[in-house]
Amino acid sequence: MVLQPSERHHRDWSHRRLGPWCSPTGSPAPLSCETGCGEGSWILVCRLLVPTQVSLLSMEEDIDTRKINNSFLRDHSYATEADIISTVEFNHTGELLATGDKGGRVVIFQREQESKNQVHRRGEYNVYSTFQSHEPEFDYLKSLEIEEKINKIRWLPQQNAAYFLLSTNDKTVKLWKVSERDKRPEGYNLKDEEGRLRDPATITTLRVPVLRPMDLMVEATPRRVFANAHTYHINSISVNSDYETYMSADDLRINLWNFEITNQSFNIVDIKPANMEELTEVITAAEFHPHHCNSFVYSSSKGTIRLCDMRASALCDRHSKFFEEPEDPSNRSFFSEIISSISDVKFSHSGRYIMTRDYLTVKVWDLNMENRPIETYQVHDYLRSKLCSLYENDCIFDKFECVWNGSDSVIMTGSYNNFFRMFDRNTKRDVTLEASRENSKPRAILKPRKVCVGGKRRKDEISVDSLDFSKKILHTAWHPSENIIAVAATNNLYIFQDKVN
Amino acid sequence: MFARGLKRKSAEDGEDVEGGLAGAQAMPSYSLQRQSLLDMSLVKLQLCHMLVEPNLCRSVLIANTVRQIQEEMAQDGTWRVVAPQAAGRAPLDRLVSTDILCRSVREQEGERPGPDAGDGHTPDLVPGLATVPSAQALRSPQSSLWEVDSSRENRGGFQKSLDQIFETLENKTSGSVEELFADVDSPYYDLDAVLTGMVGSTQSGHGSGLQAFSSATAPPPSSSCRSDLGELDHAVEILVET
Repeated sequence: MVLQPSERHHRDWSHRRLGPWCSPTGSPAPLSCETGCGEGSWILVCRLLVPTQVSLLSMEEDIDTRKINNSFLRDHSYATEADIISTVEFNHTGELLATGDKGGRVVIFQREQESKNQVHRRGEYNVYSTFQSHEPEFDYLKSLEIEEKINKIRWLPQQNAAYFLLSTNDKTVKLWKVSERDKRPEGYNLKDEEGRLRDPATITTLRVPVLRPMDLMVEATPRRVFANAHTYHINSISVNSDYETYMSADDLRINLWNFEITNQSFNIVDIKPANMEELTEVITAAEFHPHHCNSFVYSSSKGTIRLCDMRASALCDRHSKFFEEPEDPSNRSFFSEIISSISDVKFSHSGRYIMTRDYLTVKVWDLNMENRPIETYQVHDYLRSKLCSLYENDCIFDKFECVWNGSDSVIMTGSYNNFFRMFDRNTKRDVTLEASRENSKPRAILKPRKVCVGGKRRKDEISVDSLDFSKKILHTAWHPSENIIAVAATNNLYIFQDKVN
Repeated sequence: MFARGLKRKSAEDGEDVEGGLAGAQAMPSYSLQRQSLLDMSLVKLQLCHMLVEPNLCRSVLIANTVRQIQEEMAQDGTWRVVAPQAAGRAPLDRLVSTDILCRSVREQEGERPGPDAGDGHTPDLVPGLATVPSAQALRSPQSSLWEVDSSRENRGGFQKSLDQIFETLENKTSGSVEELFADVDSPYYDLDAVLTGMVGSTQSGHGSGLQAFSSATAPPPSSSCRSDLGELDHAVEILVET
């Protein structure tokens, strides 16, 4: 099935359908801190729904008018669990946006090219490629299933015409090459056009095969498989700034790989105790420094971050820096440790700061100051009095991610009820927005949301007890240079853009 | 300090200063909730998703919480151990009884485990295979102890977690918390270890406070919950080092 939203590309429809249903207004915003989270300046660019089955409806769309074809937009309830998006990542130019889901599939979206007559459409993302990255496996030795869910995707910087990305499930990392093919050879001597061998007796002339143009095809091929190096579940992968190595981190160990070598890796961090019964702390996230290829950080379930230097020793069990905030005794409860567990750690683009996400807050740390963060932002402090219930229903173990914008001036993270929050580090303003179908009309400006924490609830506010804890935004991504964000809500991918007047 | 803001159904008239087994006093609300939190945590640890390896981070965090509660209970002296002779008087181990999650506050009165200096205490763990606790005991919603901030809060989650408890405890034939952290080179569920290794394997000089954990002993458990949780005794004993 072929979709022709643009002249160039031929879409692969084997897994996904796409329904961009509005176009952004204006031209992309120059990156600025003011517009980051001001009063209602974000608009919905498109919502990309992931249905489970390819529709049999005609794919004819009027390119010029972009009619919203509601007939193939599916309801939430039809989506299966396999469609739940589990990771979102822009590439280094922001041209591509990759998502991974619980079913082991990767879908790559590409930004619409700017064209003179359709200036408005720049900023929309369309399906570029889909492929099955990981399959479910069964570990016979332990009688356990290995989930195919994609935990993380990380792009490699582009070095030639092809795109490369790493995708990982709990146990295995794969390097995928995504490339375009727009020519194919024709005129073989020994094969006919369908590829069948010709009877040599019928060949009377020789010819040189020629390359002829064809409809553009995007194909993904696995180039490397890095397997059997992790006993525990991989939670992070990070490409090094040398572009030759990367690391993969599981609950207790971190391994360093060379892209060219798949049958061995170096263990650089190992916190497994000799006696597993003494285990009290695990690794929750890890990332390389964006510029210094010898440095990386990893976070723990006890709310600590360690910065390590690989030049110091082969096994980086001893940290160079140790970041931990002293506990606030007035806030202490049985849940203190659980909510201090760091679910995500990210270096700023500048490399000067790290940001960490724990259950209730986002913190920004200066690499030069280990004893406390320089900034702390409350994501949903109203949950503090509900920790017991959240512990009971396991929500307290949800792992939210956090992201920086391109200029490191705004940070963003998700919450419940399909809310996500942005904090402007300079103006100290913050905003809560919602990624939901019901509340988003095409090109409408997102209305800031507010949670009422007690007392009289104003109109448009939502009370804490009405929050839907099954609708959680764990994964978000921010375009590397523009104010475009991708927000994953269950099986929906929302793309928002900052509107510029 | 307990999480603030929880509604509690408080039927107590106040704490009986004397304490002890003899007085069937009402437990203070805080202790009760702490107890329930402990029970809940133990159940969570036991909830091993059969097909997929459980989340190690979650297990570690829950185990640490259990340890914390344990330490606090030992510190403020509410942690008391039943001497075997006295066992008959009390439903031995509040800790291990998941009934507590279901009972109303009024039923919880009194009958704490008695104190015991406890070195000579030989745990006689209920061995091996758990008899499956009757699911009915657990089906009543956990409403009385905590006013669970209603099911609206998590439309899927609350019911799901209860269902998981039921399902797991019904299907569970083996396993112990210890196995969660066992070296993964060995099979995750080691039936042999469960059947043979549990009994009498716990002597390692644990402190007095811990003896209570292993005290689900002398009388045959009246509730089938208890036998299943004999393994939990062992598990927590290991988790909480002396």
